[in-house]
Amino acid sequence: MDYFLELFFGGLTRGSIYALIALGYTMVYGIIELINFAHGEIYMIGAFTALIVAGVCSLLGLNLISILILAIIISMFYSAAYGYTVEKIAYKPLRNAPRLSPLISAIGMSIFLQNYVLLAQTSDFVPFPSLIPEFEFMEPVAHIMGSSELVIIVVTAIAMVILSLFIKFTKIGKAMRATAQDRKMALLCGVNVDRVISVTFIIGSALAALGGVLIASHIGQINFYIGFIAGIKAFTAAVLGGIGSIPGAVLGGLVLGWTESFATGYVSSDYEDVFAFCLLVIILIFRPAGILGRTNTQKV
Amino acid sequence: MRKIIKSLQVSFWFMFLTFPIMVIRVDTIEKTVQWRWLNLLYVGLASFFLSFIWRFLIKKKEEGSKKEESGEQTITIVQKIISTPKYNRPIYSFIFLFMLAFPWIVSTYQTNIMISALIYVMLGLGLNIVVGIAGLLDLGYVAFYAVGAYAYALLNYHYHLGFWTVLPIGGLLAAIFGILLGIPVLRLRGDYLAIVTLGFGEIIRLILENWNEFSFGPSGIANIPRPGFFGMKLGVEEATIYIYYLMILMTIITIFVVNRLQNSRLGRAWLALREDEVACEAMGIDRMKTKLAAFALGATWAGFAGVIFAAKTTFINPASFTFLESAIILSIVVLGGMGSIVGVILAAFLMILLPEYLRAFSEYRMLLFGAAMVLVMVFRPQGLIPSVRRKYVYELKER
Repeated sequence: MDYFLELFFGGLTRGSIYALIALGYTMVYGIIELINFAHGEIYMIGAFTALIVAGVCSLLGLNLISILILAIIISMFYSAAYGYTVEKIAYKPLRNAPRLSPLISAIGMSIFLQNYVLLAQTSDFVPFPSLIPEFEFMEPVAHIMGSSELVIIVVTAIAMVILSLFIKFTKIGKAMRATAQDRKMALLCGVNVDRVISVTFIIGSALAALGGVLIASHIGQINFYIGFIAGIKAFTAAVLGGIGSIPGAVLGGLVLGWTESFATGYVSSDYEDVFAFCLLVIILIFRPAGILGRTNTQKV
Repeated sequence: MRKIIKSLQVSFWFMFLTFPIMVIRVDTIEKTVQWRWLNLLYVGLASFFLSFIWRFLIKKKEEGSKKEESGEQTITIVQKIISTPKYNRPIYSFIFLFMLAFPWIVSTYQTNIMISALIYVMLGLGLNIVVGIAGLLDLGYVAFYAVGAYAYALLNYHYHLGFWTVLPIGGLLAAIFGILLGIPVLRLRGDYLAIVTLGFGEIIRLILENWNEFSFGPSGIANIPRPGFFGMKLGVEEATIYIYYLMILMTIITIFVVNRLQNSRLGRAWLALREDEVACEAMGIDRMKTKLAAFALGATWAGFAGVIFAAKTTFINPASFTFLESAIILSIVVLGGMGSIVGVILAAFLMILLPEYLRAFSEYRMLLFGAAMVLVMVFRPQGLIPSVRRKYVYELKER
């Protein structure tokens, strides 16, 4: 039973991180129908920024909690700036191009950002300091769930609640929903679509950075390539839940996290990544619209 | 003046953006921080000047699209030369003679580089069928390449089958894999297809890496024999030249087949499918069959190329078949111009030979690939040498 619970919470932790990254994919897809391949790289840049901030701050002698909070805020800010810039450079000039063009441009951007970090930082795995403190009250259950796992789950839940409130009640959130439904009509009703798209990229990137900082401090090492696998898996999560749907991304992330956790725990750990892809292929064959997605027929 | 202020803003933004990653490098083990302020200066200067070029190109592109809207179709000189037999025959025969003489002029090392460039030409032309002509974005193309290479290595290891027996088998196996992958996923729309093929490519690589009993894991398979020449044993140098000529022959066959395919009934169906699926189905084209044919035919070339690759290097391991490889092949197709055979060949030579001869830039190779993919999409979506569409021109006679 303990082993089961350990895997359960391990899966929940993973799933929350996938959900945080998947939100960026799903929001961008909902609005401009583009798979933002560079999103995984934004997450990686978030983790690297946090590493740098943590390194500088620990030299200055700050305490752990303030380093954690500073690292999260600064890396979210920087990732958001990267997301915004990437959209302006690689996607905005292609707004009216054929669908394949922005997709290829996104792949190019992803390769570019990977190699940018590779050249500017390092190609090796870098140890990431564990920024999340160990809580005393977690000690009795430490063999099932560590404190960092608890922090990840709680922080993710808070972020989800804030995001859904934001989208439901603020003006720009309403504009986002309108743009997702029908971009042309939203434009006619006076929604500044360019700004909505920018805001979407900013929010998605900031959430990815949050996920990046939390998981890097939980796992303890990063390199320039982490964004690629994490990006594919988060995209899988987004598709699983139904791309374009925000609760779908969360659900998909959790399902994927549990699948991986249980499959590696009970079957084999060599094929960790294969399970995710197989799940993706199976879902796409039997339910291409995802768990919560709606099927829309193509009209002429 | 306004332009300078704008460029300054851009330059400051990029300096700010790249500040943590370009300037600071933290060593978490020894707890030291390295500050590299000079990099900041480079970023600032580079973005200042690049922003001028960026705005100039955007402006030019907008003017170009206005021209296009008014119905003028511009055909460049290069396109004209390629499409008229009077000019292109002497050029092609010169290139052909040069390629024939190549291994006798230069060293074995150079010949080897040329062979790998030709392998990429083949891969590029194969992927061109799938991405360029049929418009299906395949990001796991390297998987079929791996299938070909491992087919030769394993069949040779277990059953001692020779190169010439495996060459068709490798192509066939790759085609079968293409169909197996295609049946479930070709119903999906373009973007889903991209991600599933990407996943498929990774699955194949992970299986090759982890299933030790089958593929000998990450250490790979060594001592794969080179192709024999009517039973004669060849030395390394002669074998290289032999593979080189073999590759030339294969490339010519590929070019011929792809060219014929493009103008066939099937090729036109692919083009139509790329442009508008619904209209295409309404015209009585079986969407599934046509797409499967594209997938299978594209995969076949990757299978052939894989067999030749294994025979050329005599050693393969899963590290040769990463996503990066798929990305390189894809950028060859995109840079060359989707659907354009001459463009793809030119791009393959540029992408493989340039990094070989510009060793100083070899670490920046992937960085430049990525940047080139973005820039080509933004400024020249049709590629280096765009393909010329065949069309009928009606000329109304005056009464």
